[in-house]
Parts: sequence; structure tokens; C-alpha cells
Amino acid sequence: MRRDLSLIVTRRQDVLTVVAFFILVITLFPLALGPDPQKLRTLAPAGVWVAAALASLISLDRLFADDWRDGSLEQLLLAPEPLTVVALAKVAAHWLALGLPLVVLSPALGYALGLEGAELGVLAVSLLLGTPVLSLLGAVGAALTLGVRAGGALMALLILPLYVPVLVLGAGAVTEAMYSSAFYAHLSLLGALLAAALPLLPLAIAGALRIALD
Amino acid sequence: MSSRSVPWLKFTAPANFYALAQRLTPWLWAGAALLCLAALYIGFFVAPAEAHQGESYRILYIHVATAWMGMFLYLLMALYGGIYLVWRIKMADIMARSIAPTGALMTFLSLWTGALWGAPTWGTFWVWDARLTSTLVLLFLFLGYIALHGAADDREKGGRAASLLAVIGAINVPIIYFSVDWWYNLHQGSSVIRADGPSMAPSMLTAMLLMIAGIWLYSAAVVLRRAQVEALEREPRSEWAQAAAAGRMTRTQRELAAAESVREHTSQEEGQA
Repeated sequence: MRRDLSLIVTRRQDVLTVVAFFILVITLFPLALGPDPQKLRTLAPAGVWVAAALASLISLDRLFADDWRDGSLEQLLLAPEPLTVVALAKVAAHWLALGLPLVVLSPALGYALGLEGAELGVLAVSLLLGTPVLSLLGAVGAALTLGVRAGGALMALLILPLYVPVLVLGAGAVTEAMYSSAFYAHLSLLGALLAAALPLLPLAIAGALRIALD
Repeated sequence: MSSRSVPWLKFTAPANFYALAQRLTPWLWAGAALLCLAALYIGFFVAPAEAHQGESYRILYIHVATAWMGMFLYLLMALYGGIYLVWRIKMADIMARSIAPTGALMTFLSLWTGALWGAPTWGTFWVWDARLTSTLVLLFLFLGYIALHGAADDREKGGRAASLLAVIGAINVPIIYFSVDWWYNLHQGSSVIRADGPSMAPSMLTAMLLMIAGIWLYSAAVVLRRAQVEALEREPRSEWAQAAAAGRMTRTQRELAAAESVREHTSQEEGQA
């Protein structure tokens, strides 16, 4: 994991690209919708969440590809640590480098779209709980499409349907907060998804990696 | 594992499967045609018009049957995928792969007929209703399975990756359904959908059940037939496949195939030399 982190740090450009992508997608919403603050406000949770999902999708595309090409993935397979742990570490490093900046940035962007006060907090917390699940799901897709023709587009087709629950709950929590009713239920469900995904999906990722490396 | 302990295990050998499917499919076809025709007749001519929806409700006979079939086929596909992942039974992958196109077709048909029904009833072809949305997601899961299976260079690898995807998808289907359902319930009143119409007339129920049985048999027939072809494709050189193919080829085709295999044989020998 330390290796992955340092690799990502040495390639700061990747992080910047993803963050810029995230901001740009959010910028597209007001540009396409017009600057009416009321409309933007209704759309804000959806906008930030869709942008986060897309950013996670494009950044995960390369998660295993480089290691796979230069053979270090096979080394990891032979390493004494179980592949599940390795997969979890890789995803965690990836999320720390690329998911966390989005979470940190999200209140500012939410503010730009007209969210206020507590809503911004709910937005950040929902992303904090939701983006790791997106990363884990996306990693399954990245592992499944290793060495496959047209991997990127295929990955989007595989993974976006699986993103649906996270997106619904995450954007739902913020929308609930806007009407100041119970958003805790959404957040708890998001937390439940994370709790279920954290032990289960690394198994799936490891399984998919073994298939790809066979 | 002896074949006696699990009686169906015999059919995991492609040759045995092929023979079984060969015997079953004509009956399935006939049953499907009969039941569907009967269902359509009762549905269109015998059953009365619905009180609120008039004649347009009649498409629901097809709609309900295909929607059920789509969901059932996804679970079945995931089950075969799981069997393939655990026991590496080749026939299971063949079956799962054969189910996918039919499942996608059924899901698409249920969306299509639903839209046709919605146009006069709800006044719109599409609403972002929980069921519609989750069915759409199901369609994309089918398409993703097919795409992933086809994209790998190695058929076995593609099969395992796609099976894993099917299993993950199957775990996700209920979550997707509930999340979407919840989202819908929270943000839209049920102004569009009436909770229920009047209870069904017996002839309507008959038509619907017949249609479901008919669609079921149709799917079984198509899936078995596709699995037969797939099994042939995967083991083109084996004895049973040669025999099975020879039974249905014309004489010229047989001669061509023989010439082809001789040519391949010689070219292989040249390659070795």
C-alpha cells in the first residue's frame, strides 16, 4: 500500500486530472442549465454525486492495468500476503489519493451550486461513506476487464448499473437534508453498504484478478 | 462424486446434454406454440375488457410473462455462473451464456410492452418508477454479461469473468431494487400508479397463466437450442459432435467438412514439421 501511495504521489498529475475532471463535470451543470440559483440548488446533490461517480469510474480504469502490464501484479499474486488483502490495500491507496480529495472539495462545489450550512456537511459525509463503495465496486470492474479489448467502455457498462444504489442513497441523503427531514436513514444505509462491501468486494476483486492472471 | 449421487450430473457431459436437448426441444417448441396461441386467443377474444383501462390492458399478458421471465432468467444465469465458478463444469457456463441473450430479450420486451401499455394508461411511455428503473438496470446487467463474455480472447477466461459478474450482479439486484423503490417512495406520490385494479376475471387469470407457461417453455426451448450450438462450437473435433452434425448435414456439406478437416490436418502436420 505504501508503494501504491508513493507511486501515486510521484504521479501527481493523475490526481490533478481526476480532480479537474470532477470540477469540470460539476461546472457543466450550471453551463447547461443556466445560472438560475433555485434550479441549480435542486440539482446540486445529483450533480455532485454524478460527477463523483464518473470521476471514480475514469480514475479506476488504470487501477490494475499498469501493474498487470509490467508483471508486478503476478509478483503480488505470489507474495505471502493473501491477494484479498493486497486488493484491499490497493483500493485503499487509490481512494486516499483520488477519492479523498473529492470528498474534501465537495463542500466548496456544493456551495457553488447553492447548498448551504448543514447540507454541505451531509454532502461531504455522504461522499465520505459512498466513494469507498464506488472505489471497491469499480475495482471489481477494473479487475474483470483486465486485458480485455475496449476495457474502458466495457467497464462503464459493467459498473455503472452497480453504482445505482450508492448514487440513490448518497444524492438522496443530501436532498433529504435540503428539506430538513431525516437524512440519517440514508446515511445509515450508505454506511451499511460500506460495511457490507468492505469485507465482501475484496474477495470478488481477488477472484477477478486470479481469473485475469490465469 | 459418482453419477449416481447426483442424477443430473450425467448431463454435464456435452454429449449427453446434446442428446437430451435434442429430445426435449421439439416438445418444448410445440408446448410453447400451443400455450402462447391459447393464451393469446383467450386474452384477446374471450377475456372481457378491463373496466378502467379498456382494451389496452391486453398487452399486459405478454408484459407480465416477460418481466417475470427476465428476472427469473437472471437468477438462473447467476446460479449457473456460480456453479461454473465453483465446480468448473463447462456445461454450466454454456447454459449461462445461452440464457443471457434470451434474458436480455425478455427484459427488453417487458420494458417495451410496458411502454406501450403506459402510453394510453399513464399518458406517457416512460416514468422513472422504481420497477421500470430497476428493470432497465437489469437489462444493462444482461448486456454487460454478454459484452464481457464476448470481449475476452480466451473463451474460458471470459466465461469465468462473466460468471463472477453475474454472481455479483445477483447479489446486487435486490439492493438495487430496494434502493430504487425507496427513492421512488420518498420523492413521488403514487399519483401515477393505481394501487390495484378490480380483481381479475377468471378468464384473464387463465390467459395470464397460460402465457407465463408458454413464455417459460419458449425460453427453455431457445436456451437449450442455443446451448446445443454452443456445445458443438466448443468441441468441434469430438466424436459426438461429428456424429451429431453428420446427422443433420446434407451430403455436400458433409463432403466439404471432410475435405476441410483433411486440409486442416495436413496443415497442422506441416506446422509441426
